[in-house]
Amino acid sequence: MAELMKFELVSPERLLMSEDVEQVTVPGSEGEFTVLARHAPVLSTMRPGLLAVVQDGGTEEKIFVRGGFAEVNPDGLTVLAEEAVHMSDLDAAALAQHVKNAEEDVADATDDDKRARAQETLDHLKQLQDALKA
Amino acid sequence: MPSLKDLRNRISSVKATQKITKAMQMVAAAKLRRAQEAAEAARPYAERMDMVLANLAAAFEGQEGAPELMAGTGKADVHLLLVATAERGLCGGFNSSIARMARDHASKLIADGKTVKILCVGRKGQDALKRQFGGYFIDFVDLREVRRIGFSDAHGIGKKVLDLFENGEFDVCTLFYSQFKNVITQVPTTLQLIPASIEAGEDAAPVAGSQACYEYEPEEKELLAELLPRNVSIQIFRALLENAAGEQGARMSAMDNATRNAGDMIDNLTLVYNRARQAQITKELIEIISGAEAL
Repeated sequence: MAELMKFELVSPERLLMSEDVEQVTVPGSEGEFTVLARHAPVLSTMRPGLLAVVQDGGTEEKIFVRGGFAEVNPDGLTVLAEEAVHMSDLDAAALAQHVKNAEEDVADATDDDKRARAQETLDHLKQLQDALKA
Repeated sequence: MPSLKDLRNRISSVKATQKITKAMQMVAAAKLRRAQEAAEAARPYAERMDMVLANLAAAFEGQEGAPELMAGTGKADVHLLLVATAERGLCGGFNSSIARMARDHASKLIADGKTVKILCVGRKGQDALKRQFGGYFIDFVDLREVRRIGFSDAHGIGKKVLDLFENGEFDVCTLFYSQFKNVITQVPTTLQLIPASIEAGEDAAPVAGSQACYEYEPEEKELLAELLPRNVSIQIFRALLENAAGEQGARMSAMDNATRNAGDMIDNLTLVYNRARQAQITKELIEIISGAEAL
């Protein structure tokens, strides 16, 4: 059996999850990374995407997170997400709204740097939309 | 001397008032519990955020090129006061104590020759400051329609503040709100939002030791640039939640007082009423007896 680590998922409104898990895949802003027990301390921002949590026993849970950051410290992993929705509760309409907002952001962007960033967010959201449809 | 009917009317009106204040007190008590839970549930996020920011800020201490949100613009000429109050009255001195604090602060800044801009969150603060500082208002956020404060509300306000900052509209932003100590004490508090006042709390100290081996993704500077705006929203969110809990607490104790006062008033009025009634009976008896004696 794999070694367990402490995983906490926190949104500004409340503590969503706090349990011991085997591994978590985090959608970092510079690429996905998987955290196992005894991972080196990392602090990373996140892009909108799926957080894959493998619980004790191997069942996998998928959670949609938007905005925020992940902190790996010697005790475990803490994910601070501005918004977190369980994959099964995520409905296409809400996601479509996010896509629309992101599209507006791209249109409103004042300089290239911002536009590139907004475009990136939009692409990720669209990928996610496809994943949900599949 | 009021007639018996007047007294009866007054007693019944005070009784009606007492029923209302009693009901308001109970509603406030129920809402308080929910508001308190919300404030407590929001604490872990804010605490972790503080910790991470304190770590990052320590790495930047005394370095050139720290983001403006942390280091400030280098000036302190234009001050933005963010005054967060409740939307409704009848909660004792809750709103007025926040407004008073903001007023003192604003007067001092104006006396020092600074430019002051005021952004009100909540109708009551706006009402209280309108007469003296009406000309300094730049915006007003109405949360009357909001039943339960969500992060998106705070985020909207945070965005407004950040947009103003990016456009160079102000140098320093101070937030006024009421800290929820317990049901009977709420402490009006000022908090400097921009430049961020990051205090390395005692619980942050042990983490700072292990902080040396943190790997940052992206670079520290970018990370900080990403986190600081978020921190502004978080601080506003926390202030709004504390305010919501404090408002209900203040209303509960104010209404408790009002109910008790109404009870005292009813007792006094009943005494006066009974005395007047007895006096009238005695008077009538005297009239009858003296009438009979005259015959």
